[in-house]
Amino acid sequence: MTDATMNSKPGTEIRRPTLTGERLKKRYAAERRFRLYGLGSILTAGLILVFLVGSITGTGYTAFLQTYIKLNISFDPEFLDPAGTGDVAQLASADYGGMVKKNLRDNFPEVTSRRDKRKLYNFVSPNAGFDLRTMVIDDPSLVGQSLDLWIKASDDIDMLTKGYVDRTLEESNRRVSDTELVWYDKLDSNDRIESRFNTDFFVKADSREPEEAGILGAVTGSLLTLVITLLLSFPIGVMAAIYLEEFAPKNKWTDLIEVNINNLAAVPSIVFGLLGLAMFLNFFGFPRSAPLVGGMVLALMTLPTIIIASRSALKAVPPSIREAALGLGASPLQVVTHHVLPLAMPGILTGTIIGMAQALGETAPLLMIGMIAFIVDVPGGFTDPATVLPVQIYLWADSPERAFVERTSAAIMVLLAFLIFMNILAVMLRKKFERRW
Amino acid sequence: MLRNSIIKAIPLALAGVIAVAAAAEARDQIRIVGSSTVFPFSTTVAETFGKTSGFKTPVVESTGSGGGLKLFCSGVGVQHPDITNASRRIKKSEVELCAKNGVADIVEVKIGFDGIVIGNAKSGATLNLTKQQIFLALAAEVPVDGKIVKNPYNKWSDIDKSLPDQAIEVLGPPPTSGTRDAFVELAMRPGAKSFKMLADMRKADKKGFRKISDSMREDGKFIEAGENDNLIVQKLQANPAALGIFGFSFLDQNSDKIKGANVAGVSPTFENIAGGDYGISRSLYFYVKSAHIGVVPGIQEYVTEFTSEKAIGDEGYLTDKGLIPLPGADREKYRAAAANKTNLTM
Repeated sequence: MTDATMNSKPGTEIRRPTLTGERLKKRYAAERRFRLYGLGSILTAGLILVFLVGSITGTGYTAFLQTYIKLNISFDPEFLDPAGTGDVAQLASADYGGMVKKNLRDNFPEVTSRRDKRKLYNFVSPNAGFDLRTMVIDDPSLVGQSLDLWIKASDDIDMLTKGYVDRTLEESNRRVSDTELVWYDKLDSNDRIESRFNTDFFVKADSREPEEAGILGAVTGSLLTLVITLLLSFPIGVMAAIYLEEFAPKNKWTDLIEVNINNLAAVPSIVFGLLGLAMFLNFFGFPRSAPLVGGMVLALMTLPTIIIASRSALKAVPPSIREAALGLGASPLQVVTHHVLPLAMPGILTGTIIGMAQALGETAPLLMIGMIAFIVDVPGGFTDPATVLPVQIYLWADSPERAFVERTSAAIMVLLAFLIFMNILAVMLRKKFERRW
Repeated sequence: MLRNSIIKAIPLALAGVIAVAAAAEARDQIRIVGSSTVFPFSTTVAETFGKTSGFKTPVVESTGSGGGLKLFCSGVGVQHPDITNASRRIKKSEVELCAKNGVADIVEVKIGFDGIVIGNAKSGATLNLTKQQIFLALAAEVPVDGKIVKNPYNKWSDIDKSLPDQAIEVLGPPPTSGTRDAFVELAMRPGAKSFKMLADMRKADKKGFRKISDSMREDGKFIEAGENDNLIVQKLQANPAALGIFGFSFLDQNSDKIKGANVAGVSPTFENIAGGDYGISRSLYFYVKSAHIGVVPGIQEYVTEFTSEKAIGDEGYLTDKGLIPLPGADREKYRAAAANKTNLTM
């Protein structure tokens, strides 16, 4: 109570706010409005998310299906092994493309003109021959046999099956001509067209033929890159944070370091790419397009995030725990490793996973070190050329073939699944390590 | 105990990573960089080559023509790329840069043509343009009554009564794109030159002429839509009043949604571009470092595959991807140059 109130009339006469019904109503209304604003923002964010995920799933789910055509394929020895040697090397180098074309002609004997033959060859995937080659090499006894096989359709036919080709348009305005439609309908009425689950999408790497392109190469590349990033940035980041938080004296130098770390966290990622090009590629001579270099560049980028998150996690451990441990005779190292670090672990892990998720979505720094590339082989190690998921999405989004549109969306779905998996992992780790004091 | 072993394992893991890096040795895989326009063709050949030849599939990077040549010319040795793709010819300055860095022997291979299309949605008006009209619609400054003034045209019909009465709105590539360079060179400059006044100026003051012919208008009528041609196609579909500038392969793949404008009375079709009748088309190239042939396995075989009839011939598999083939005699010439490792002559 201030002097003024002491000297005035007794307390009973202090003016109180008039808590009339009207005023009260206003307060409740303001409260309700405030909650509605909050609810509104959550609903807006939710709606945008639903729209985004909905549109991606809507265009992307068809990529998980692939059209196959049942054709009678005869493994003609004339193409495969004219001399009848049964030699695997001969079988491997045979003209399977020619064999597929001959079989297509045999399946459609009515096609004679050169132009129509070309259209007919476009019915099946240009890679169909390679699939047959794998079959023959696995089982050389196929030579000379004749079988009904399901052959992968080309991207145009696949688009037709999925309903992306408008039959009502003029012939010149669509990718599939009238003659092809007639053949297609004939096949379809004989149950020789089938949509199957697109396994290749998950077990193959990039290809220029949409029906052959898969995501495994990019997923592996992303995994390898993230392993390097984690191996480098986690120990370095946590050690830096422990030193700065627990041991470093508070002076001008540590202030300067702190300011710099905060600044680095805000540096655009392309700058790290340029640094990586100058340091790792040009100075150290590491290979281009390697997940090793990609991981190192991304580690530089995520370090500040991890350091900042780890420091605030360490700061949140109550000083009483340190003091109690010291009081019982623990050395400073023991205090940190036995008490502070385990208690701060959930926070540190959350920060690390956020940093990793950020690294997973980066393309800009990878441009400089050559990871924006077309790579057909699934990378087998840290120095093999590789690309990552967001780069794969970018490359497919940039391809002219119509069938890549659905594959782009499907790749985004895979990337989102990857992110959700990482976040679930983060939640589980946090639950496991969480302790109360 | 576990914690201790983890702490001990970390430096070991780091040392392991660095050891692996140091072991990066000679290369057994071709490395290709360069133009994003040639990228779809180069990758198709690389994939076929990898599947049929027994060599590893080459790694193809999309860096842009200029960026690719810069990397290509940075030296000889396995850390430098073997081949670069380009959607324009190598420049004299780039040959000099190459020579300075020890890349003396370069084999030039021309693979085909790429048409640049001015297109709009199927539902939009069919346009019949001349290069002069393109220049008048898109340049920042144009000649009116003998004076150079800021572009006054707002509608196509302001330029010529025969054109539709609709606002000028053109989506095109940004200056970093090779498509933009080619469009300026093949459409804007000839369009500017068709004015006597500017043609005279070109003789007297080439820089001044270039400034007028090469500057696109910045008042919102020409919109830079980014490097992604698919994006332009989507925007055209949504807005039938807009026109877009993009590569022929995108028209080829999306012929149900968009159509190309005639330029000087010629429509952008495969036959017209191949025959040289369509005015806005450019040549595509790739360059091979002779010093790497025989060092990195498979280069000669890759080049043979790329120049073969079954790839770039009239009915080769690259024509399915939108490449427009060279005349037969030219194909012969470049095939021979590639086989004999003939040096580039400017």
